[in-house]
This record gives sequence, structure tokens and C-alpha cells, in this order.
Amino acid sequence: MSAQTLARPRPASTAIRWSRRAAGALAFAALIELVSRTGLVDPQFLPPATEILARAAALTADPEFLAHALTSLIAWAAGLGLAVVIAVPLGLLLGSVPIVDAATRSVVEFLRPIPSVALIPLVSLLIGTGTQVRITLAVYASLWPILYNTMYGLRLVDPLAKESLRSYGFGPLAMLRRVSFPSSAPFITTGIRLAAAVALILVVSTEIVAGRGEGIGVFMFYAGIAVPARMTDILAAVLWVGLFGVLVNAVLVAAERRAFRWHHARMGETP
Amino acid sequence: MLEIDNLSHVYGGGGPNAHHAIEALNLSVAEGELLCIVGPSGCGKSTLLRSIAGLITPTGGQVKVEGQVVRQTPDNLAVVFQDYSRSLFPWMSVADNVALPLRRKNMDKRQRREAAHEALESVGLSGAGRKYPFQLSGGMQQRVAIARALAYRPTLMLMDEPFGSVDAQTREDLEDLVLKVRSHHQMTIVLITHDIDESVYVGDRVVILSKAPAHVVGDLKVDLPAPRDQITTREHPDFVHLRAEVGRLVRGHATV
Repeated sequence: MSAQTLARPRPASTAIRWSRRAAGALAFAALIELVSRTGLVDPQFLPPATEILARAAALTADPEFLAHALTSLIAWAAGLGLAVVIAVPLGLLLGSVPIVDAATRSVVEFLRPIPSVALIPLVSLLIGTGTQVRITLAVYASLWPILYNTMYGLRLVDPLAKESLRSYGFGPLAMLRRVSFPSSAPFITTGIRLAAAVALILVVSTEIVAGRGEGIGVFMFYAGIAVPARMTDILAAVLWVGLFGVLVNAVLVAAERRAFRWHHARMGETP
Repeated sequence: MLEIDNLSHVYGGGGPNAHHAIEALNLSVAEGELLCIVGPSGCGKSTLLRSIAGLITPTGGQVKVEGQVVRQTPDNLAVVFQDYSRSLFPWMSVADNVALPLRRKNMDKRQRREAAHEALESVGLSGAGRKYPFQLSGGMQQRVAIARALAYRPTLMLMDEPFGSVDAQTREDLEDLVLKVRSHHQMTIVLITHDIDESVYVGDRVVILSKAPAHVVGDLKVDLPAPRDQITTREHPDFVHLRAEVGRLVRGHATV
């Protein structure tokens, strides 16, 4: 067998991967530019990409927009933070005490499939339209990925690792702290990363539906009801929300890879 | 040191699928002895070890360590498992792995770190403390597991087929390591193995178990000249004779 047949394609370097992604985004922007400029799609509905980008850049100097964005950012951070604080301990409890899991399972299985966006009118009726609604819904929706990943991580804790610690006379609480929690930490972090996106969706959706106060969704709402609708404003705001989501995800992925090298080594991935 | 009295263990209750792992097993181990337990695969060796370590509660009989009936894991006991890659904690550095059990002792952070360093040195891994288990070879990982047990300064060390997952050369090195640490530390060692040669080479005494339900079918004193050596000990007439004897006892009860 020659060395040639054994050689596997080398994974692309970070620079190459990013330039490929940039090329994809650029091609997409060019397509929007094209269909808009040629009139294939009414520019009223889809302004050219260059106009959207110019508006997005201009918004960074618009104090009103920045205030909207900051309000949303705070609601997102508060929602995600609360979800972590609630869901991680809850997941550890449900994952390590089978009787609590069994007792709560039917409620959990009932609540989980309800689309959180569908709850926006209900929760708004109950507690008004302010920041508390956005936070409540963001917490509710982002609980699930964290909760489920925590419980899943606990199920995968190696029984022999637990037994090793037990053989040195450690009790159940030490087991949770020294083995179960660190062993499931990579899964919990993945849950938090998924939850970060969910919280963002819920905050912006709630703002759009509620249509009052401050927030990037409120900004979009008003741009939408204006006559004529300010499509460039809406799409520029969408661009910022999307970029924020991508950035948060990239940061968390990098943090995961760095902190859980042992986990990736074990799963047979190249770190 | 260790007294096993009429020990029995049945898995799966009294139902039709019940598995009798151990039945009426009696054994006593003297202070400072290195006892090897050999038996056919699946004979209940690991069940025996888990009963001694207090990791399971046997369904009958009792185990006494230093005169105390074992109800939970005895103090001053350490276990080295076969599967080092699973028994070490992958999220901790090697030094932290070794130091962790010392939290059960009255030691501050500095003392724990020093004890871990010393234990790693005694297994020939003084430079590896900052590495993570996945960065080490299998044999080195098992050395870490042994260092973790040694740092704990147990009076009784249990080893469950500790060299079953390493290559032959590493295996011999680790056997000699056990003999070395044993002569340095005053401790009793119970080593479970399915390797007949290993049991005779390492042990002061070899106990042979029957197939499940396990009970003692042979108990041989190994009177080989010290220090043992991988080449000369293994060609010693007494070694050859003993391994044949152990082999006959294992096989005699391994075939149906």
C-alpha cells in the first residue's frame, strides 16, 4: 500500500475556512444586489445589499438605534443568565435523582413541545409588555436546551469514574461536584450555546409582537408599519441581530474547544 | 489484615435469572502479603474485589479489613482498576488526579501537591504532572492510577487486572513496578489477574478460584528467590513447577 492511499485530506486551516465563509456571504450579497438592481424583485421589498450595508453602518452612529439595541442586549443577557442559573441546577437534580425525574417527567414532556413564540400573547396579557415579558419568555425558551443537555451529560458520566471516586470513600455530593458536574460540563456548555440563539430569537420576536417600548424588535416593528415601510432599516437591523448571533456562537465554540480539549480528544476529534 | 468469611453474592435477587457469582468463599490475607487471585474469566473475581472495597454489599457472609466488618469503603484502602482510561478523570491534570483522593485526608493543598509529586516520582512519571491523561500512553496512564493509589498511602491496595489492557513489555515493567513499590511501602496488596504466569511472578501467594460461583480451589505459597527478575525468575524450576500447578487448578475447574 502506498503512502498516497493512506493520506487523508487535511482539514482546512482556520484562514481558509473563514475565507470560504466570507466568499459565500459575499456571493449572497451580490445576488441580492443583482435581483434588486435589475428590478427582478421590487427594491421596495428588497433593497440592494449595498444600501442595506450602508444603512447598517450608519445605524452604529444613531443613538436611538443604539438605545434599542442595548435594551435588547440586556434582555437577552438577563434571560440567558437566568436560564443558566435555573436550568443547570435543575438538570443536575433531575439527572441525579431518578425519582424527581420520574415525578416531573410528564409535566416537562407537556411543556417542552409548546412553541415559545406562541406564548408571547398569553404572557403579554399576564404581565404586560415591558422588558419582563421578553426576559420571562427568553428564560422559558432557553431553559430547555440547557436542561436537556445537562441531563444528557449526566447520563453519559462513566460509572467507573464514579466508582473510582467512591472507592476512596467519597460520598454522593462529592461525586456530583468532582465527577458528574465536570464530566457533563461540555454538554452543559453546548446547551448554553444553543440556548443563546433561542434567547435571541425570543427577545426579538417578543419585541416585534409587543411593539412597544424599546428594543431592536420594536425598531423593526415601527420601520414595518411606516408608510412606506422602511425596508432598509428592517434589513439592516436583521443584519445586526444575525451578526450578533454568529459572533456569540463563534465565541462559545472557541471557548468550548479550549476548555474541553480532554473531551474532544476522547471523542476522537482533532482538537 | 483481611478476612473473608463465607462470602456469597447473587446478582438479580432470587429470580430465575439470578447469577451466583460467589459462593461460600473463605480467605484470609496477612499483613504485608502480596496475594494474587487467579481464576477463569467471568468467575466472580471482580465481584470479590468490589465486596472487599465496599463498593457492593454481598448477599451473604462478611468481609473484615483490619478487624472491621466492611459496610462501606474502608479507610486506607485504594483500588486500581483495569480500565485506567475510564478510572482517571480526563478533565484533570495528572497531578490533580493523583492529589484528589487526598482531600479525604487531613492535608492542605501544599501537602497534597507534594504527596502527588512524590507518588508520581515513585512510578517514574515525575515530569508528567501537568499533562492530561489523554496525552499519555496506556502504560503511563496506569502508572498514574497506581501513583494515585500510592499517594493515598493505603494499608490495603486492591488491583483488578491492572495490566490487562497494556502490551507485553509494558506489562512486565508494571509488574516490576508493583514489586518495587511494595518493598518501599508497607502495604498489603491483593492483585486479581487471569494471567497465570503473572500471578506466580508477582505473588507471595496465589489463590485459585473456581468458575462461578467462585470459591477457593487452590492456595499456593510462592517461595521464589528475591528480588524477582523477569528473566531468571521465570526460568527458575520452582517457577515452572508452580505455574504448571496453578494452570492445572485453573483449568481443572474451568472446563465443564
